[in-house]
Amino acid sequence: MYSSRKIYLPIVAIVLAGGSLAGAAEPGSFGYGRVATPAQIAGWDIDVRGEDGAGLPPGKGTVDRGADVYAEQCAACHGTFGEGEGRFPKLVGGVGSLRDERPEPTVGSYWPFAPTLWDYINRAMPMPAPHTLSADDVYALTAYILNLNDLVPQEFVADRNSLPKVKMRNRDNFIWTDPRPDTMAKPCMNDCVNAADVSISSTAEGRNLTPRTTGPLDTMQPK
Amino acid sequence: MRPPGEENVRHNPLRSKAILSDLAGPDAPLGRRSFLTLGAALTGSLAIGGKPALADPAQGSPPADAPWSQSIGAGVVDRPYGRPADTEASVIRRNVPWLTASMESSVSFSPLQDLHGIITPNGLFFERHHAGRPDVDPAQHKLMIHGLVERPLLLTMKDILRFPSISRIHFIECPANGGMNWRAAQMNSLQFSHGMVSCAEWTGVRLSTLLEEVGVKKEAKWAMVEGADGAHMNRSLPLDKCLDDCLVVYAQNGEALRPEQGYPLRLVVPGWEGNVNIKWLRRIKLGDKPWHSREETSKYTDLMPDGTSRGFTWLIDAKSVITFPCPEKPLDGPGLYEIRGLAWTGNGKVKRVDVSMDGGINWQTARLHEPVLSKALTRFSLPWRWDGRPALVASRVIDETGYVQPTIVELRKQRGSNSVYHNNSIQTWQVKPDGSVFNVQLA
Ligand code: HEC
Repeated sequence: MYSSRKIYLPIVAIVLAGGSLAGAAEPGSFGYGRVATPAQIAGWDIDVRGEDGAGLPPGKGTVDRGADVYAEQCAACHGTFGEGEGRFPKLVGGVGSLRDERPEPTVGSYWPFAPTLWDYINRAMPMPAPHTLSADDVYALTAYILNLNDLVPQEFVADRNSLPKVKMRNRDNFIWTDPRPDTMAKPCMNDCVNAADVSISSTAEGRNLTPRTTGPLDTMQPK
Repeated sequence: MRPPGEENVRHNPLRSKAILSDLAGPDAPLGRRSFLTLGAALTGSLAIGGKPALADPAQGSPPADAPWSQSIGAGVVDRPYGRPADTEASVIRRNVPWLTASMESSVSFSPLQDLHGIITPNGLFFERHHAGRPDVDPAQHKLMIHGLVERPLLLTMKDILRFPSISRIHFIECPANGGMNWRAAQMNSLQFSHGMVSCAEWTGVRLSTLLEEVGVKKEAKWAMVEGADGAHMNRSLPLDKCLDDCLVVYAQNGEALRPEQGYPLRLVVPGWEGNVNIKWLRRIKLGDKPWHSREETSKYTDLMPDGTSRGFTWLIDAKSVITFPCPEKPLDGPGLYEIRGLAWTGNGKVKRVDVSMDGGINWQTARLHEPVLSKALTRFSLPWRWDGRPALVASRVIDETGYVQPTIVELRKQRGSNSVYHNNSIQTWQVKPDGSVFNVQLA
């Protein structure tokens, strides 16, 4: 017992030394790259957290100002009142539709957190020129879209304090832990179904939705 | 002058000499010029004289030579990068023009019906962009790692290439793959029903290595990962997954990432939905809570029949599909065929695949083809003598956790048909007596 322990200890020491030499645990042990400066981080650090609005910058915007910016930068795709042009997404409507045959998830009917709207407009819109709006204009657009959805009154001013307090309609209807696996199929091998019960419930044959898969790219549009 | 003829082409001593001298260099007795002249003469004679007698493969008496066996082909670096044969021009990524409002926020599908291995060629890997494909300058691209870390870092591509490298083969699947078939069989095509999955060998650095280098603070529980595209695509990931098997990769199938796959740098999150595998990766921020970005609230959440939604459903459940026969590859009369397919699971390895020819009454276990890798596409096959009668062929995968691929009926029972994402149901192909194949769903 005693002697085997004596041999064991030095091996542990060697392994530990090797580990730190290989840079497994110590921060900065490779030493590649540059430590990011606070100024560099500030320039890149654009994210805003949905639930509490952490990361929202200073600034503010009114519904009226939002209407002006929206008409100029957003309405062409999303429609003057958020109804969506063509297949571009609707930004309003669908309230109460989530259990329907054809639900309409929108900012008004589906989105759980208002600061997420600020974050998304800021990082991704307007689609042709993303991340070009001022913080004030993003606040104004957020106020305008929330107002279109009857989530805030006409005199609402969006800023880092007011946005996290906006109660979104669908906020409490998300489950943030994955309940899967939610099916428990057993791998039956023989006589698993009655032959008489095997029937086709739907077929893609003749639906004319499928683009061609030979020759040049298809340009088909649905009727 | 001898008339142009078969013997002249096949046994011309000058020609072999010319090739030798060409290899020997310009000073050799028969230089490059005489070789080229001869080549031109030969091409010309073939053109005037028409098909040489032995070029018709139907005649079949050995040795039967086609025109390409009786002429000289294009030289090296004729195509310095290389490309598929001209006759494979139909094997391309394809889109569904009516599906999305713009080509910049859209998807294209891999032609699974024409692929033969577990590796998707780089030019055929499916695409999903939210703000188009940016063409990023690698000299300017940087990765910032900050937030709840000891030592925030700004890394150039050169810096990232110096870290210990690792290669892994993993699939990436868009969770909306098969989404168009939630309600009913819609797309009569393997490419459009299953083509948003692809698989590649990825090379890069473990995310855990980078996180050890910056030093993770104790309070950190989540990471926000963000791309440099116009969408500034961002998602939240639990720190545990980041430290487990995520990779920050710069190469795909042995070469630099393709621009549409995130050049010069992307995240690979093995076994999890495509959207979190952030392309054009530029920033990783550690925090104590998730971000609930638009792409994990408005999108990539699963709406249930009772009006509630599931969020953070990252895992790709086990799925399989028969790739031959399929709507694009019908059967050519009764006889012996090899049913072929692909299976995959975000849970790890594929353990077994069963195949049914009768709509799920009876099943037979297929052969799995090596290599069977964790969170990678896995090939399976089963010989089948088709008697020419109608058939309903389907495959069902079981993964190493024992999870069994469900039917669409079982899935709908749990989730209705509005959840858009994560349709991993059994695919049934209907084979008609003429050999044609259709996408169907069974009651
Ligand atoms: C060129 C057309 C276009 C313009 C202009 C445009 N958008 Fe968008 N917008 C889109 C598309 C396309 C999407 C969906 C993108 C995706 O899912 O990847 C979108 C998505 C959105 C969404 C998310 C919708 C949802 O429910 O998930 C919001 C909010 C939005 N846009 C706001 C704006 C605002 C505000 C402006 C003006 C500053 C604007 N957009 C300008 C095309 C446009």
